[in-house]
Amino acid sequence: MTVTQAEFARAMMDAGEPIPLGLTDHQENSAGRRFNVYRNNVAVSLTEAMHGAFPVISKLLGQKNMDGLAGLFLRQHPPSSPLMMFYGEEFPAFLEGLEQLKHLGYLADVARLELALRHSYHAADAEPIEADLLAALSAEDLMQSRLSLAPALQVIKSSWPIHALWLFNTRENAPKPSALAQDVLITRPEFDPIPQVLPPSGAVWISALMGGATIGEALEQASANTENFDLGATLTLLLQGGAITGLENKG
Amino acid sequence: MSKTAKSLAVAGAVAAALTAASTIPAAAGTKEKCYGVSLAGQNDCAAGPGTTCAGTSTVDYQGNAWTLVDAGTCADIDLPALADGTERKGSLEPQERDLPA
Amino acid sequence: MLDTAALKHLPAAPGVGYKPQHFAQITAEPGSVNWLEIHAENYMGDGGRPLAQLRHLAERFAMSVHGVGLSIGGEGPLDTDHLARLKTLVGWLNPASFSEHLAWSTHDSHFYNDLLPLPYTDTALTRVCDHIDQLQEAIGRKMLLENPSSYLAFAESTWSEPEFLAEISRRTGCGLLLDVNNVFVSATNLDFSPQGYIDAFALEKVGEIHLGGHDKDEDDHGRPLLIDSHGREVVDPVWALLDYTLAQSGAKPILIEWDNDVPDWPILEAEAARAASALERIAA
Repeated sequence: MTVTQAEFARAMMDAGEPIPLGLTDHQENSAGRRFNVYRNNVAVSLTEAMHGAFPVISKLLGQKNMDGLAGLFLRQHPPSSPLMMFYGEEFPAFLEGLEQLKHLGYLADVARLELALRHSYHAADAEPIEADLLAALSAEDLMQSRLSLAPALQVIKSSWPIHALWLFNTRENAPKPSALAQDVLITRPEFDPIPQVLPPSGAVWISALMGGATIGEALEQASANTENFDLGATLTLLLQGGAITGLENKG
Repeated sequence: MSKTAKSLAVAGAVAAALTAASTIPAAAGTKEKCYGVSLAGQNDCAAGPGTTCAGTSTVDYQGNAWTLVDAGTCADIDLPALADGTERKGSLEPQERDLPA
Repeated sequence: MLDTAALKHLPAAPGVGYKPQHFAQITAEPGSVNWLEIHAENYMGDGGRPLAQLRHLAERFAMSVHGVGLSIGGEGPLDTDHLARLKTLVGWLNPASFSEHLAWSTHDSHFYNDLLPLPYTDTALTRVCDHIDQLQEAIGRKMLLENPSSYLAFAESTWSEPEFLAEISRRTGCGLLLDVNNVFVSATNLDFSPQGYIDAFALEKVGEIHLGGHDKDEDDHGRPLLIDSHGREVVDPVWALLDYTLAQSGAKPILIEWDNDVPDWPILEAEAARAASALERIAA
């Protein structure tokens, strides 16, 4: 009696399914509870991976809620890759789709922030340029220049105070979040990703640069969005984060 | 703003950013950078907790059987929705319209 | 001056599974620990702290890369993306050893994050050998294949596990990784003699031995059901089985695995010291 891996997997992921015939104990009795070892290994290891990947969501919702959510999620979205470090890509959309969580509209964006932190942590190393290279350029040349940004850089746009929510759940004595929109920049000057709040349209400027725009073109886009776009503050965050890795000037 | 004025504004912003960014401390040596917090969620080859747990729950894992049961920190956070302009409390108080039928 | 050539072979001495929380102490107070093993999948990111730590450790210790996600026993084809990632890691690190499991974990492009069992049939044998050939071709070296912990049996199996592993080794040229705790766990769960299993095992093919702690549970009939949890000390009967094994195999590299409830470094090092004593006894 053959047991296919499809049958094994189906019964493993759904305790309501019968244990495949052909799996036995030492005396050819049905495997019974022995099969539950695999059911538990998968469910528990993936639940732990979700807690590890989304510690702030776990804290916001509480341990039991997160256990239950992980149980749902891991059955709808088992990992599609053996790299557990990136498990949970579909979690933000999953959270958005749950009626029971509709009143906590910020959860999905907080989950996106947590995913982005992990991607930043594992991203390729890159040497930042010497900041003096920027200082050496004339104003006109600066406008024509393109910047390459570090692989560890991440930008998350949100209409929720996701940075404040993250701080409130990861730092002691952090203030309670108040209702405002926060776009977040993640840089990794060394090995620890640092999330920081971007000034209004900072995300637009950086996204434009990532899309290949010159500093001037990116500025047009950001200024169209926010009249007094604070380029200096945005650029400071990039420089402090060691996030500018290349400068191309065809002047 | 004229093109020149804009360029000058950019140059000013860059100069200010260079000054602000120059105050960060020098990087530690590579070895020292290796110490520090490592993110979890990793692969291993250990087995889990045996026969009595999450994998054998008879709860319906199809979705709408799940309900919020205890409170995390979101119970303390009061955030009206920003995107659609409607007021929603960031709390765990049950809301009629959100309960599964 | 370090002898870097010596780092390219696992010494017949104790090693431990590397955990990032031990990074500082491993180099400062290695004690009986001569080499380290990592789980391949945790070092498949593009950079950052994990790879930086690995580069530092590899300058000082012989390294073993232990894959936990290739699904060599899978019915489907191997994941070629994953093969490429293994090739990259083994390529730049050039570890002393690469090993994987006689198990499956991926089906229909879903990865189940567990080492799942397979029947020991001619069909499975052919498939496993094909996958090992493909892997060894991809990474350009021979691998070690590890015996699993068993909680149940397949009615369809026609090979004993030691014979199945020996035949895979004969056909593919791969070496074997003998997990002595897994032998004890499987022997208890499936009611066979662990010494008999060791007697039947192709010990001359063994390139590495694993030891780890297990938990105790029971089956529907109240019989002991041991779980390979890697969450505590190695128990005395497993140390005795190690002595029994070493008396026949001679000295081998011995790894202590501790993945859950990871202890402070001195406790893990003490387990390595106990393995060192076992090696000293057979040398005497």
